Amino acid sequence: MKSFQGRTLSWRFVDGTIELLLDRAPCNEIGSETLGELEQFTSALELLQKEAHALIISSARKEGFCAGADLRELYGRCRALRPSERVAGVREFLERIHRVMNALDSSPLTTIAAVHGVTFGGGFELALVCDLIIADKMARFCFPELRLGLIPGFGGIPRLKRDLGNAVVRDLLLTGRSINATKAQSVGLISQVAAEGDALRVARATATQIGKFDRETAIAAKRFIKPIPREEAHREIDVFCELFTQPAVEAGLRKFVESTDALPYLP
Amino acid sequence: MATLEKTTEEILQLAAEHFNVPRAELNSTDDFFTKLGINSMQALDLLTRLEQHFRIELPDYELQGVSDFRTLAERIQSRL
Repeated sequence: MKSFQGRTLSWRFVDGTIELLLDRAPCNEIGSETLGELEQFTSALELLQKEAHALIISSARKEGFCAGADLRELYGRCRALRPSERVAGVREFLERIHRVMNALDSSPLTTIAAVHGVTFGGGFELALVCDLIIADKMARFCFPELRLGLIPGFGGIPRLKRDLGNAVVRDLLLTGRSINATKAQSVGLISQVAAEGDALRVARATATQIGKFDRETAIAAKRFIKPIPREEAHREIDVFCELFTQPAVEAGLRKFVESTDALPYLP
Repeated sequence: MATLEKTTEEILQLAAEHFNVPRAELNSTDDFFTKLGINSMQALDLLTRLEQHFRIELPDYELQGVSDFRTLAERIQSRL
């Protein structure tokens, strides 16, 4: 399927590049509907990537690339389930999203996240599966999960450890603070900073450059350069599920969902 | 080093320009969420613009409980 228009995302094939566009209000929060369409995408990708050289993931939402997991849906589902059933539901969701993330991470294509604005939590984790992150200068990156009594659950910690120094990983995770694109570039997280509103254009120019190289060579190089941290990502699911049983998590989720604060991500 | 007054004025100018509010309608003691009519995501946008303008890093947790321009200027001033 060379093009698709879903309820939360769309994709199209243009000049050897697959463009995946996230578009779910307010800021592409990843819930069960987005997950289902991401699964459709990774299934289609198996065929598409034979004809393509690059994949660009970007957002149509002006607020940003992606604000992470849909915490309102998560909270609603938790409340509807008995405590003993909650962890099983969360584990099933995490195992599905990990399959999507691993498929994107290990794709033979050269993958680019073109990000702007809010790139938080699961949205940051989605960007981290890509080979390159090209950021609008207004992008902000953050792992706010500790504020909820959790750790990132979409494979973010092992991928952050793969790509950055441990001191930076500790700073981002243990403070839960957000950093801007300039800082993100200085620590090696992003490859290029684009002018405001220009990340997708820069990503397309980069994809065109990538298309000049021999595909088999690029695939061999990527396989050599980019290990997929499957085992550690799997352990991350176990730790997340263990933490999810703590009462502080439900309290944190409730506080977030019911918050009328101007800055609900802050503790 | 810039004075607190100068830093406050630069914040007011930047906020007025970006959020299309006449500068004359903004005062240092105003609640910027109310006065600019911004939500949490727009507040992060303002934070990024301030970091770029002043060439500083300002962790968002330092803004917890901060809602007026003057206190925001004090937080920025401590990073200059």
